[in-house]
Amino acid sequence: MQPYSSFGLLKHALTFHENWQRAWRNPVPKKHYDVVIVGGGGHGLATAYYLAKVHGITNVAVLEKGYLGGGNTARNTTIVRSNYLWDEAAHLYEHSMKLWEGLSQELNFNVMFSQRGVLNLGHTLQDMRDIQRRVNANRLNGIDGEVLDAKQVQELVPILDCSQQTRFPVMGASWQPRAGVARHDAVAWGFARAADALGVDLIQQCEVIDIETEDGAATGVMTKQHGRITAGRIGCVVAGNSSVLANMVGLRLPLESHPLQAMVSEPIKPILDTVVMSNHVHGYISQSDKGDLVIGAGIDGYVGYGQRGSYHTIEHTVQAILELFPIFSRVRMNRQWGGIVDTCPDACPIISATPVENLFFNCGWGTGGFKATPGSGHVFAATLAKGEAHPLAKPFSLDRFDTGALIDEHGAAGVAH
Amino acid sequence: MLYIHCPYCEEHRSEEEFHYKGQAHIARPDDPDNCTDVEWADFIYRRDNPRGEHKEQWYHTVGCRKFFNAIRDTQSYEIKTTYKVGEQPDMAAGIVTGQQGSNAS
Repeated sequence: MQPYSSFGLLKHALTFHENWQRAWRNPVPKKHYDVVIVGGGGHGLATAYYLAKVHGITNVAVLEKGYLGGGNTARNTTIVRSNYLWDEAAHLYEHSMKLWEGLSQELNFNVMFSQRGVLNLGHTLQDMRDIQRRVNANRLNGIDGEVLDAKQVQELVPILDCSQQTRFPVMGASWQPRAGVARHDAVAWGFARAADALGVDLIQQCEVIDIETEDGAATGVMTKQHGRITAGRIGCVVAGNSSVLANMVGLRLPLESHPLQAMVSEPIKPILDTVVMSNHVHGYISQSDKGDLVIGAGIDGYVGYGQRGSYHTIEHTVQAILELFPIFSRVRMNRQWGGIVDTCPDACPIISATPVENLFFNCGWGTGGFKATPGSGHVFAATLAKGEAHPLAKPFSLDRFDTGALIDEHGAAGVAH
Repeated sequence: MLYIHCPYCEEHRSEEEFHYKGQAHIARPDDPDNCTDVEWADFIYRRDNPRGEHKEQWYHTVGCRKFFNAIRDTQSYEIKTTYKVGEQPDMAAGIVTGQQGSNAS
């Protein structure tokens, strides 16, 4: 792999950029791999990369039924933060945050990680109490955070309506300066390129139609396009389709798959230099480097795999955004899309072994998995390599639903997706 | 947006009048005092979550405020039929017309 550099850019400019090396190979799958990862989104590709990089396991395939990073990785609002309430979740997301901070250098790929800060607004007294509690918990866990009052919020975001004239006036916010956004596609491409360079086979348009087992242990997968591929261990990282894969081995997961929508406006001049989220009026917004406003919505209530959502959900989201930013009332929306999120009862992921030996699941990230991409891949790679949970992944085991040791981040952590 | 037939109101109404209430026909354990943790978790947390036909509960929140069941395709969002609690779905009777299942979004 030729490393990207400014010298390379100059060199290729001389040949009119016609001789760039392909970012990754397009290999024919082998019959057997030490580890097969099902799902070539950000989390799956990160898992493959860290398996090769940290654990030296390079006989790895990533099987993707569509194209790399074409699912939720390309459908989210790219927000990265780690201000979760409970210790287990905070440690996991902060682990991820630390990896984000060096990711572009590590991957030799500009993931455009921009630590422009995230505001979680409070609109009621209870909101503010929860924010104070969460920021205190964050600081005890070594995560940056501040409680701001309405005046300080107004100074940070002058175009935000912090007046008393709104239905739910802004009372304050939590502020995590190290949080921000990243370029979602670049994250998938960066991990893919780096994993490929270490010898990982990325197999696109290869759909897994069955998981084969023998004496209670997974032995391989049956694919639609390339037949049987045997594997020492199998890691499923398929977000909304996790229940479908689990069903292949007769496993029921505590998941429901819901459509989650987002939208972008036409590109406009720089106007918003941070990320604003509000649980109470339920919307979140940032401005991409391209200039479009990236706006996120709530999930549709019903189970759905259709990768689209309802219009009334869009309407509610736009209402919330206009409540906060009346200045955007005449901005035109450009595109809208939906992704299928696998929501867990406690709004925390499942990174776990299963009752089927050698079969592991990394799922349940629900509405907020993008921020965890490097951390999720890192701890899941360790889990797959050693066959036992990484210390940070241990609390997120599948059996927490039997023991009752849930990590209830619903509402508690500013979880707005 | 879904266009849902409430079997009590006997009318098609827009999705915004309803709330989704999860998978249908999950029986509460008969002997709750003697359930194992796994049985409780099956009842409370684990769901079929299928890609395809799904029997589910809806609540007519701003209408008759009654719970009812629906059979809906989670891929196409087509509603095959809706029926009252305690009833068995009558697919052959054609309670549902093609129009009902259509999804405007």
